[in-house]
Amino acid sequence: MQMDRKRRWVAAAGTAGAVLLVVSGCAQSERGSGGDNGATLNFGQASAPKLFDPFYATDGETFRITEQMFDNLVEFKTGTSQVEPGLATDWQPSDGGKTWSFNLRKNVKFTDGTAMDATAVCKNFERMYNQKGAGTSNAVSQYWNDNFGGFADKKQPSLYAGCEVKSPTRMALKLTKASSKMPDILGLASWAIQSPTAMDKYHANDVKAEGDSFVYPDYATKHPTGTGPFKFGKYDQANGTVELVRNDNYWGEKPKLAKIVFKIYKDTAGTRQALQAGEIDGYDLPQPQDYQSLRDQGNKLLEREPFNIMYLGIDQKNNPKLRDLKVRQAIAYAINRPQLVKSQYPDKAVVAKEMLPPSIAGFNPNVPEYNYDPNKAKQLLKEAGAEGLTVNFYWPSEVTRPYLPSPRDQFTAMKGDLEKVGIKVVEKSEPWNGGYLDDVEGHKPDLFLMGWNGDFNNADNFFSQFFNTPTNRFYAAASPWGASLSERVKQLDATADKAAREQGYQELNGQIQKDYLPAVPIVSAPSYIAVKDNIKGLVPSPLSNEKFELVEKSGS
Amino acid sequence: MVVVLFVLSILLFAWLRSLPGGPVSALLGDRATPAARAELTRTLGLDRPVFLQYFDFLGRAVRGDFGQSTAVQPGSSAMQILVQRFPATLELSVVAIILAILFGIPLGYIAARRRGGIWDNLSIGGSLLGVAVPVFFLAFLLKYLFAVKAGILPSAGRQDAIDATRITGFFILDGILTQEWDAAWNALEHLILPAVALATIPFAVIFRITRAAVLDVQQEDFVRTAESKGLRIPIIRRRHILRNAMLPVVTTIGIQIGQLLAGAVLTERVFAYPGVGDALATAFQRKDYPLLQLLIIAAALVYVVVNLIVDLSYAYIDPRIRNR
Repeated sequence: MQMDRKRRWVAAAGTAGAVLLVVSGCAQSERGSGGDNGATLNFGQASAPKLFDPFYATDGETFRITEQMFDNLVEFKTGTSQVEPGLATDWQPSDGGKTWSFNLRKNVKFTDGTAMDATAVCKNFERMYNQKGAGTSNAVSQYWNDNFGGFADKKQPSLYAGCEVKSPTRMALKLTKASSKMPDILGLASWAIQSPTAMDKYHANDVKAEGDSFVYPDYATKHPTGTGPFKFGKYDQANGTVELVRNDNYWGEKPKLAKIVFKIYKDTAGTRQALQAGEIDGYDLPQPQDYQSLRDQGNKLLEREPFNIMYLGIDQKNNPKLRDLKVRQAIAYAINRPQLVKSQYPDKAVVAKEMLPPSIAGFNPNVPEYNYDPNKAKQLLKEAGAEGLTVNFYWPSEVTRPYLPSPRDQFTAMKGDLEKVGIKVVEKSEPWNGGYLDDVEGHKPDLFLMGWNGDFNNADNFFSQFFNTPTNRFYAAASPWGASLSERVKQLDATADKAAREQGYQELNGQIQKDYLPAVPIVSAPSYIAVKDNIKGLVPSPLSNEKFELVEKSGS
Repeated sequence: MVVVLFVLSILLFAWLRSLPGGPVSALLGDRATPAARAELTRTLGLDRPVFLQYFDFLGRAVRGDFGQSTAVQPGSSAMQILVQRFPATLELSVVAIILAILFGIPLGYIAARRRGGIWDNLSIGGSLLGVAVPVFFLAFLLKYLFAVKAGILPSAGRQDAIDATRITGFFILDGILTQEWDAAWNALEHLILPAVALATIPFAVIFRITRAAVLDVQQEDFVRTAESKGLRIPIIRRRHILRNAMLPVVTTIGIQIGQLLAGAVLTERVFAYPGVGDALATAFQRKDYPLLQLLIIAAALVYVVVNLIVDLSYAYIDPRIRNR
């Protein structure tokens, strides 16, 4: 018995050993022996990228990666929101802003060897326009939906009319009407120019709706191919890393880094500690409470100028008193915005005067302002017969944004201010994606906190979000000006003349603040990228679309 | 077992759909306009009756298709994520439970043998602390001390980006098989802190049960009989005391393995360790329904299987059960 057992153990161990040997016989190391010259940048990601085809992407965690692999017809001058040549060297509008002709850069190739020429560019636009089925969903091609409207299926009107190849290095983009977004919109990540060969080969347009979600084609998940300074290495999902390697044939200045590794973390606390432990060289959007300790530990905080707006939204649907301008003005006077911004935001944050941040063309510095005046607020409430007003005030949890760093604190300050002028606040908090957004869009609250981060220097990028329909989230339809406001926003977007357009936006801003006041603008806040002291050449952009091609890492 | 899983899947499906938020908000994010929401709800068929959606789900689920992840790892199917991440959690759990057993049983035995001694009191105190201190706190503490402050172990992840070859999905094993020793070592380094954090509770429980069981068995008649028969002490200890004391210990180990997943959620989260627990927590937070459905059903399955194994292992340890 004793012997038997021993023998059994020996047999088992022997078998296990043999299996291991056999398996290791077929297990070959697949390591390349490529020697890299240049450093690796390790950058922390707050979550996994959605995919690698920027046309279908909507979130910053995805765009940060695709920005490094792709170029656009137009780009933004480093550190600004100003347009400069990209794959197109120059461009001219004609036909009242409905035709845009581009001269293309010569001798540029995609990383799969395909030539970047007028045919390739037009194939990109045709590909975007020819989305079918699930591909047309707002959740899939959101940027196109928001900015160009409909698709080839003609279910919705589209801004896109066609793309014409004039010569190998010249093409023209045709629109159905003039748009304030041109040409800047073409510089956004979603309008990246991708290899038509790779898109065909890996069925880039083959998106399907299935169950609760979408299935994306191999192009979007495994084979993104562009002309940018870096190219796709691999997405090691089991380890939560995305690797990009230098594109040695890049047409622009050769990148200093040999490789970028994006490491996926799940929360900012973990990401901050990883920076502290030296596992990453930087990460985006550190939490405000960490600013000081990050600096104390010798890191740099690169500051982006404020390009966003946070506002106290007023929904007129359920509370008839809120349809009275005097009541909305009383709310504006009641809130001590300078105090709030000073105590809860970084130094560079500015009190918002209107529904645009100051750097957007069309901003009006001379709008009527509602400076903190609780007595005026009380008086206005009295005049409106709204003393003892009760409001349902919703605030979100499980979210932080540069303009909403700690929603509970921002809410608490405003609640206190409102109560001081005799407004009763019934508060409700919900998780951002767990009811809050649904309820705001569903007109449940009377007051709510919301914000918008600009995609590019374009007033319509803000206004069409806020006022695209009269039944917007402020329910402006309840006021006589609701319908005309939406109309005016659409008209201005289609105004081809730049000067007239900006003039129009300025006037509209004045009117919104003086006569409409659908919301109380609160703050425009800067945001930050935290990097180690030895990282140079990373220039923060107000558009949050930093390119890493000029980044250097010293002492590594 | 099938019935249990079936009922669970119904409850799960109904429950998830009764929560606020949901895939539509999760997919559309901050840009959700009412029109876009309506359009997406239609596209995904979420406007159909819930039971129809359920049958649709069930029809695909029996074929192993649980749908695409919406938030945790968009672009991958839920099943791919499970397959990728399960080895990570298994690797972590195996190392953790081995640590717990390796320290728990011998220390428990020694404590029982020297009952009332300094060693006994010390280790009881220690094990109390092990049970009482929340896993995530310990995880944070370990991470802060050894990774962030001292910098001797990595703070997060499974492996550095060192171009390792993947075969089985078990990183340490892969490193050994391909003889990429640095990769195996690197993966092991990443495993140490999370494994220690995860091992504390099972260690403490195993320790206490072992101690109590050994104390119990020592008093039994058959031990006294064996002693009076003149058997050698080591044989009595090994064959009579330890073996009999092992019964409750094995049960405990089984239960602890089942509960490791709960600990793994917290531990993996703190160490950004890309395992099932981390996926589960993130899926819940970001309303990734397809992934949640699969992971919860898989967790239930694991629990059932572990319990079955525990039952079977009784038979091995206690011949009386086998012969019945």
